[in-house]
Amino acid sequence: MPERTVVIASRTGLHARPAKLFVQAAAAQDVPVRIRLGAGRSVPATSMLAVMALGAGHGAEVVLEAEGAGADAALDSLAGLLSRDLDAEEAPDA
Amino acid sequence: MPETAAGTLRGLGVGPGRAAGRIARMAGPLPLPDPVRAADPDRELAEALRALQAVSAELAARASAAADPAASAILEAQSFIAADPGLIESVQENVAAGMDAVHALDAACAGHREALLAAGGLFAERAADLDDIRNRAVAAVLGLPVPGVPDPGHPFVLVAEDLSPADTAGLDTGTVLALVTEKGGPTSHTAILARALGLPAVVACPGAAHLGEGTWAAVDGTTGEVRSGIGEEEAAGILRLAAADRLRQAESRGPGRTADGHPVELLLNIGSAADLVPGVDAEGVGLFRTEFLFLDRREEPGFDEQVAAYEAVFRAFPGGKVVVRTLDAGSDKPLPFLDPGPEPNPALGVRGLRVARGRPGVLDTQLDAIAAAARASGAQPWVMAPMVSTVAEADDFAARARARGITRVGVMIEVPAAALRADRLLERLDFLSIGTNDLSQYAFAADRQHGELADLLDPWQPGLLALIAGCAQAGLAAGKPVGVCGEAAADPLLAPVLAGLGITSLSMSAPGLAPVRDALARRTLQHCRDDARLALDVDDPAQARAAVAADR
Repeated sequence: MPERTVVIASRTGLHARPAKLFVQAAAAQDVPVRIRLGAGRSVPATSMLAVMALGAGHGAEVVLEAEGAGADAALDSLAGLLSRDLDAEEAPDA
Repeated sequence: MPETAAGTLRGLGVGPGRAAGRIARMAGPLPLPDPVRAADPDRELAEALRALQAVSAELAARASAAADPAASAILEAQSFIAADPGLIESVQENVAAGMDAVHALDAACAGHREALLAAGGLFAERAADLDDIRNRAVAAVLGLPVPGVPDPGHPFVLVAEDLSPADTAGLDTGTVLALVTEKGGPTSHTAILARALGLPAVVACPGAAHLGEGTWAAVDGTTGEVRSGIGEEEAAGILRLAAADRLRQAESRGPGRTADGHPVELLLNIGSAADLVPGVDAEGVGLFRTEFLFLDRREEPGFDEQVAAYEAVFRAFPGGKVVVRTLDAGSDKPLPFLDPGPEPNPALGVRGLRVARGRPGVLDTQLDAIAAAARASGAQPWVMAPMVSTVAEADDFAARARARGITRVGVMIEVPAAALRADRLLERLDFLSIGTNDLSQYAFAADRQHGELADLLDPWQPGLLALIAGCAQAGLAAGKPVGVCGEAAADPLLAPVLAGLGITSLSMSAPGLAPVRDALARRTLQHCRDDARLALDVDDPAQARAAVAADR
């Protein structure tokens, strides 16, 4: 199954705002994407609660996985998102 | 309602300022009716999902109506959670297992709440989001009003177990005088909101649940004290003082000075040029953290990129003071390209200047870039290294910086061993800057992230103040500046104590400047010195605060 390993760049981790942006982007993909932390259980990338409950802090390594037509493009786009500091881009007070 | 005797509760002051008024408390969560064996599971499921949908829509509407962008973003995220496929799946499972709509919603929220709590840290602080969604959804199914912020018909001190973003976004600052919560932390919604609205607030305040509804209380968001059982007249007096405080702070301008003109520089902590909002009344930058350039990198940022970033900050303060801290990597700020490998105690490992032991090239490139940015902008930056422990380390850093034409070289004081050798360090250096958060962590052997040890990390700990006093004395003897950066500098009650100890500059984030400027302007240097003596002459932080507060 195609996978991407990516280090969480957002300062507060895959938390409120960054998590929301990621989940929204995942929901917009044509294929279902799952995410896991290290060797942990994978969860649907479209569930904000499941994504936050991973507890993926800044610098944590997560693995994205998807299967089917367009999986690679979806994974590239989501991995690109996680490797940016979404707090800096989003937070009005950062 | 429990009747409160006169007494003082202590919590964490997160929104400076004081207020007083009658207590009104948030209604508790709706009690659940007895579970019923669902006769028609399809109907129960439809009802539960309709409730979640309505809650999500309601939160989205509040998000677009919220004036504060931070509050709006939080509400939007919460609206998203109410429509979460994971939450919906749990509700479906619960109904399939025979639960009615209300209990299916309650159990689904409780399950996800536990998962967030288990994730810990910032993630755990989102648990309140689920409590709020649960309360709203249960109320929707039962056809009852959502428990929310009370409306007693007069200004009030709002007391709650914790406050949700939806509660706080709708707060009317015309009637809410102050916030007190039993739970929460420095980064909880209550704290963020209180700072944004300028409301005095005390969080993590044990015993707040027993404050009597309708009784009078005084809240001091600077000291973290909540006094109950006061009279109406005393409350009116406190409100008059608070109004005078706000007026004076709004009018305070210019450089930091005591009442008799002794200068205490007021500086800004920033992470990049983007933090320099126009109109901030600071005398310069006391801490320019350079990590932002490095944080999301697999590779070290190039020389040219660094020059541009430093130059942008130097040009923003033409002729002004800018203190640049070289890369503070490691521990809680790991960088992929500098991965030291697993360390049993990262806070005690290769971090700060210690990275240069194995990778001197990173520091040299950064110093080259700072020097080039200084030449290009005509600035004379002050440059300091983090996590210095010995005079030899300071010597090595100073030699590297001076070889590049940097004229003002200093170090951070975060390690107690360095604080104890401040006089010897100042023989070689031009200045010192005390990072109180790390100095506390290392002096008290207490992890900064450890919630249960927060009392040891209190900047009013006399042991910490004694270390600061030693550094300040060394600075006075050498005639060289010794500043404080870190949240301690932004405490308007502590700032005069630091000035009295001999600290020459205080560096903080922008909202702290006006209250600190005002606190200094209201005391002579002698008064500051007296306060410093009071704070050092007791054995615990609460006594130190009380002694200095009584001297106001």
